[in-house]
Amino acid sequence: MSDNQTLIKVENLQKHYNGGAIKALDGINTEIKQGEVVVVIGPSGSGKSTFLRCLNLLEVPTGGSIFFEGVDITDEKTNINIHRQKMGMVFQHFNLFPHMTILKNMIIAPMKLRKKSEAEATELAMGLLRRVGLEDRANAYPSQLSGGQKQRIAIVRALCMEPEVMLFDEPTSALDPEMVGEVLEVMKQLAKDNMTMVVVTHEMGFAREVGTRVMFMADGKQVEEGTPAEIFDNPKSDRLQTFLAKVL
Amino acid sequence: MDLKRRFISNFLTDDRWKYLWNGLGVTLKVTFFAVLLGILLGVIIAIVRSTYEKNSSSMRMGFGKMILVFLNFLCKVYLTIIRGTPVVVQLMIMYYVILASSTNKVLVAILAFGINSGAYVAEIFRSGIMSIDAGQFEAGRSLGFNFVQTMRYIIVPQAFKNVLPALANEFIVLLKETSVAGYVALADLTKGGDIIRSRTYDAFMPLIGVALIYLILVMFFTWLVGKLERRLRSSER
Repeated sequence: MSDNQTLIKVENLQKHYNGGAIKALDGINTEIKQGEVVVVIGPSGSGKSTFLRCLNLLEVPTGGSIFFEGVDITDEKTNINIHRQKMGMVFQHFNLFPHMTILKNMIIAPMKLRKKSEAEATELAMGLLRRVGLEDRANAYPSQLSGGQKQRIAIVRALCMEPEVMLFDEPTSALDPEMVGEVLEVMKQLAKDNMTMVVVTHEMGFAREVGTRVMFMADGKQVEEGTPAEIFDNPKSDRLQTFLAKVL
Repeated sequence: MDLKRRFISNFLTDDRWKYLWNGLGVTLKVTFFAVLLGILLGVIIAIVRSTYEKNSSSMRMGFGKMILVFLNFLCKVYLTIIRGTPVVVQLMIMYYVILASSTNKVLVAILAFGINSGAYVAEIFRSGIMSIDAGQFEAGRSLGFNFVQTMRYIIVPQAFKNVLPALANEFIVLLKETSVAGYVALADLTKGGDIIRSRTYDAFMPLIGVALIYLILVMFFTWLVGKLERRLRSSER
């Protein structure tokens, strides 16, 4: 695929609760291209996590469409499981499987869903573990790891499915401050390897440094969108200016 | 030695111990298969009920939701009837009404006790499934597992571990509950003791003997489950 091909296209995405009384998402339109790192920022309650969770249908939108590799995944006839295999997701609270070793956490999906042999899946997993410096923890259980280690495992677990895009839902918000860096480092490396990423975060430094595009959301709408330089150095809307004044 | 004489007449004369021995075999057989049936029924019902509770409000109206609503309704009817009537009555209905044509009393008892136990196991398992963090389910689905796979590989193993003590208790209750199988003239352990009593006109020896055997069985299974529990826990810390 060429670098500029559209991977995800979002059209007029709506997510309403209580029959429209609450509009968590109110008409989002965007395109995410191959290799882009889109960072979504905004105050809490702005709908940024909801937006991210809609992209792989963990939240079912109440209106609009999402096209992934040209297929409308909001269509009820689409088998979402097939598409989710190509969309890795990393959660705020890691969500590792506590009853499995680290290695098992990583190889179960490729083995059961991609029909890889155990040896094949293990080789891939060990390679990824080496990249994040945790190959010696392969046989540990999640409860034996620190928060930063857990999140790095969660990232490589998603990578084991060899996804086309990685979705990050506030990956560093539940971490102790001294562990944020090690997780961001892995994400930076991933961006360097040309992985397409959508990242919801409060780490403005990461957004500025790694993001190819920044999307600012408030009240379920995308208020402003642009390069990190445009967003951080030259914010146009009042909402964004107020927000940046508080977080920077 | 009066006790010795009574022991001999109750257990040794005419090989009377065989009533207890054969009865024990029947009791264990009925309990074992009833537990299997109960767990099978219980897990299925628990999955239906917890799926309904977790998802019905967010599901789109359609064929899938209609099926789920219907299945949930069936499960609720089952739970209400089974938990609302005594097991002895259920056993007799099974023997004299539903399977009146069958002469296989062991099978009748397995079905009656298994179907009865399923209702209690279902509620045990439902609480176990509901106690698993929603993030586990989301993590499974986000990797591309479908609903059944997520349940099978991620949710149920964790839920099983959490409910093991309650499940062990249900097993112990069931083991003792099968002692009413004599109501349909099934020669289980209790019935075996009762037969001896009717031969020797001595109630003390056979009934205490039967009670002791139950007690030893329960103590053995309690020990076994404790061991299993410790092994499952050790994998986490």
